[in-house]
Amino acid sequence: MDNCFEIKDLRKVYFSGENEINALRSVNLNIPSGEVVVLLGASGSGKSTFLNIIGGIDQPSSGHVLFKGKDLSIISASDLTLFRRKNIGFVFQSYNLVPSLTAIENVALVTEICDHPMEPIKALEAIGLTERANHFPSQLSGGEQQRVAIARAIAKRPEVLLCDEPTGALDSETGSIVLQALLDVNIEFNTTCIIITHNASIADLAHRVIHFVDGQVSRVEVNARRKTPEQINW
Amino acid sequence: MIVTPLNRKLTRDLWNIKGLVIAIVLVMAAGIAIFVIMFGVLDSLRLTQSTYYDRYQFGDVFASLKRAPNSLESRIANIKGVSVSEVRVTFGVTLQMPSLDEPAVGKMISIPDGKEPRLNQLYLRSGRMVYPNETNAIVVDENFFNAHELVLGDKVMVVMNGRLRPLRVVGVALSPEYVYSVAPGAIMPDARRYAIMWTSRHQLEAAANMKGAFNDVSLKLNRGVCVADVKQSLDLLLEPYGGKNAYGRDEQLSNFFVDNELMQLESMGVIAPFVFLAVAAFLVNIVMSRQVAVQREQIGMLKAVGYSDKAIAFHFLQWVYILVFFASIIGLGLGSWMAMGMTKMYAEFFHFPILKYHFSVEVMIFAVASCSAAAMLGTLFSIRKAVNLPPAEAMRPESPEVFKRTLLEKMGFHRHLSFLSRIILRQIERRPLRVLLSITGMALALAILIFSYFMEDSMSYLMDVQYDLIQREDVNIAFAEPQSKTVLESVKAIPGVMAVEPMRTVPVRLTSGHINKNVAITALQSGSDLRRVINQQLRAEVLPDQGMVINERLAGLLNVNIGDALQVHLLEGSQTTLSIPVVALTKEYIGMGGYMELHVLSQLLDQPPKLNGALIRLDDNHSARVFQEIKRHPEIIGMNITSVLRQIFMDIMAENILKMVSINILFASLISFGVIYNTARIALSERGRELASLRVLGLTRKEVSYLLFGELGLVTLLAIPLGIYLGFLMIDAMAVSLDSELYRIPTYVSNQTLGLSTVIMLVCSLLSFYLVWYQVEKIDLVSAQKGVE
Ligand SMILES: Nc1ncnc2c1ncn2[C@@H]1O[C@H](COP(=O)(O)OP(=O)(O)OP(=O)(O)O)[C@@H](O)[C@H]1O
Ligand SMILES: [Mg+2]
Repeated sequence: MDNCFEIKDLRKVYFSGENEINALRSVNLNIPSGEVVVLLGASGSGKSTFLNIIGGIDQPSSGHVLFKGKDLSIISASDLTLFRRKNIGFVFQSYNLVPSLTAIENVALVTEICDHPMEPIKALEAIGLTERANHFPSQLSGGEQQRVAIARAIAKRPEVLLCDEPTGALDSETGSIVLQALLDVNIEFNTTCIIITHNASIADLAHRVIHFVDGQVSRVEVNARRKTPEQINW
Repeated sequence: MIVTPLNRKLTRDLWNIKGLVIAIVLVMAAGIAIFVIMFGVLDSLRLTQSTYYDRYQFGDVFASLKRAPNSLESRIANIKGVSVSEVRVTFGVTLQMPSLDEPAVGKMISIPDGKEPRLNQLYLRSGRMVYPNETNAIVVDENFFNAHELVLGDKVMVVMNGRLRPLRVVGVALSPEYVYSVAPGAIMPDARRYAIMWTSRHQLEAAANMKGAFNDVSLKLNRGVCVADVKQSLDLLLEPYGGKNAYGRDEQLSNFFVDNELMQLESMGVIAPFVFLAVAAFLVNIVMSRQVAVQREQIGMLKAVGYSDKAIAFHFLQWVYILVFFASIIGLGLGSWMAMGMTKMYAEFFHFPILKYHFSVEVMIFAVASCSAAAMLGTLFSIRKAVNLPPAEAMRPESPEVFKRTLLEKMGFHRHLSFLSRIILRQIERRPLRVLLSITGMALALAILIFSYFMEDSMSYLMDVQYDLIQREDVNIAFAEPQSKTVLESVKAIPGVMAVEPMRTVPVRLTSGHINKNVAITALQSGSDLRRVINQQLRAEVLPDQGMVINERLAGLLNVNIGDALQVHLLEGSQTTLSIPVVALTKEYIGMGGYMELHVLSQLLDQPPKLNGALIRLDDNHSARVFQEIKRHPEIIGMNITSVLRQIFMDIMAENILKMVSINILFASLISFGVIYNTARIALSERGRELASLRVLGLTRKEVSYLLFGELGLVTLLAIPLGIYLGFLMIDAMAVSLDSELYRIPTYVSNQTLGLSTVIMLVCSLLSFYLVWYQVEKIDLVSAQKGVE
């Protein structure tokens, strides 16, 4: 199986005042195409930083990220934009919806600029939010906003879905709807899904679980048997 | 426009901040409108003036002389470069008008018998022209006609050659030659006391003893001919016939006045729009850059999901296009409409019989383009800042708030400050540039208010100096011929005359190096109290017993200083040239001339002391009787009443400059409000979330408002001194550009103006704060926490 991402000696240092914070210290990793991958780790262990860098929305301090053999760290800014537009669906930790657009318009914001998107309403349907389509973010609960964000990410049928705590704000029932939607996309379009979570039981859904400790990958597990969303224990 | 989600976002975002949008659009529209108004009015008036002159064959060169035979006319016509020439008879008269206590002065001008004048044609407003050989019929100038509420057929009593003759008004006319009718010796036009009357050549020749002769020449020149050459040739021809100096349009009194007025308008009109436009542009720049800054997280998200930098920049530029679009429609529409109204008003003021509008597309484009450019610069600059960040960073709230202990705190000042005050100080010290921008914006608002109000101050200051310190007589009179000093006794004998002082005015040409200037020298007796010469400190100077005192502005023009000698060429009598030293400089805002002691002048003129004018102080209760008496003296050809002069000056100012000023004030207030409201609104939108969090933590609305308005209040207070300073800078710039030979603008700003402007600014601030406070009340704590603005 070919690799979706190959990560080589990836480092990220933040400077805040006089302090240096090593958010990532030499991460080496391969992520095969079409897998569901869960990232686990304590708060501050560098998961979000890692996800942002491989998604091309943050710059590494050093190291390389190869997406299907193409080195992201050496391509131009506009090519990086194109890369995101074509291949990556994001679900951000803080939703990041446009407050002045309704749920369906937030989805359309993305389908507008891709080649073979779903219909926005289909994407909302997939995460069970059709009746909220015309609500503004301020009229939605946190979980609902998160689901709109997911609809926005899957609507473009991306090569890769990057989800930062997609179920963090959800109850078990909606949580499993959302996870099912992600898995469906994975199966239907062979989308690689990389999901950050604090909920270790979600790891049972994954093909592969990557543990972060203090800016490094401590361990990679491959699940022999995966559970379905209904089976997991919230 | 295709309705993409981004376009929807655009319209909804604009709708959400509609208060702000309206404020920006209004400010931009005001900047654009005032530009279009000022230039529209000026261009239209210039066009109207030149069209009027062309259509009515206004002359290029003029001359008057004592008397020359008609046979000279063909030689004048043959001067090289002359395309049309006309000779006329003119005759100075006095008029007795029933509505005036004092005599009015008049000038009778001949028109060719039975044909149109070739030059200086009349626009007949009503009635008819004079028939050839018709006796005792006149066409009068409309200004005079209206000032006395005459009707066609009225008889006007005119003293000609010492005989009183009733002349019947058969027509009312306007002439390009007398747009303004300024009596000889007067500095301001006075339609009530100066009449221009046209009658048939034949008639006037008889009345003025000018059979077969003429005493006035007008010439029209071929295009591109040198005026100076023609003037010289004409002087040469006329010299044997008592020809005075030929003069061009630039010295033709009416045209000089019109040009001067237009120039005043121009300097007023050119500076203000640039200032206003600059303020508007500055404001739009700030607002746009902050709007973009507020949306930084959204920009990060758009980038993250694959929108290109270009698409994002274009999205925000659309804001600018929309703002500029509405501002342009309002600004250009309102501007053109007001410009047309004002042009019409000015055309009536000048009595132009025609009206031409001219709106230059360049001016409109310039106004719109500079607003757009400023807005786009602000936008692009902030967008660049936002898109240069990696999206992950842009999406994080702009938080690594590096607070430091402020300078004041380091100095141990904080012990005296409350916790909230300390937050305010830290906020200010953390973003000094932003605070500086807010201060500058508010200061500019104050500055243009001061700048707009100052004109009135300046005018009344000028009046006070001129009529309280310099020209203190109640009346001055002019004699036809120089008189001996004994005439003062007979004037003093008139009941009601309290004091009399002699005056002698002589037209001269002053020469220094190659610079010439035609002015009048006024000679006064030493210790003169009714007319005084004041120095730069506004204190009265005693006229020295040698040399002369000249106006400081004139000294500047001639490039001479105290101690330098001037060549003084007398333009009457002996026509000799003398070298006279300048011994002192005087400060005057109106007019331009020189002063000498009466005896000193008489010695130079080689005459026993004579006078051709007198300054009179009246007993107010008897002024009417004095005027009656003066009317009966044929040797008195002119009379100026100081209070009337003052009134006329004020009226002209009120009609002319102050109307411009009131437009300025209107727009200045609008812009100040816009600037201040925007500043407050932006502060709120930047702080909204933070304030909401503090509210959640349990701070009262009052405390939260204190945080917001404490900072704004401090900004406002700091803006006041800066605004006053900027106001003075603008005023200085304008005074320099308004400086003219007719009058100069004192850069005097009253405390009242400073107070009023500051109060208006503070009222704008309070109103804005109130409107914003109203928004603070509405901060939705829940949605603020969700991160929805
Ligand atoms: N912009 C920044 N400036 C400085 N330090 C940062 C910045 N962003 C993250 N960090 C630091 O980098 C480290 C890794 O952060 P990251 O957000 O990747 O953690 P995380 O694993 O996603 O944590 P969580 O589970 O709480 O979301 C943390 O110590 C964090 O404080
Ligand atoms: Mg995280």
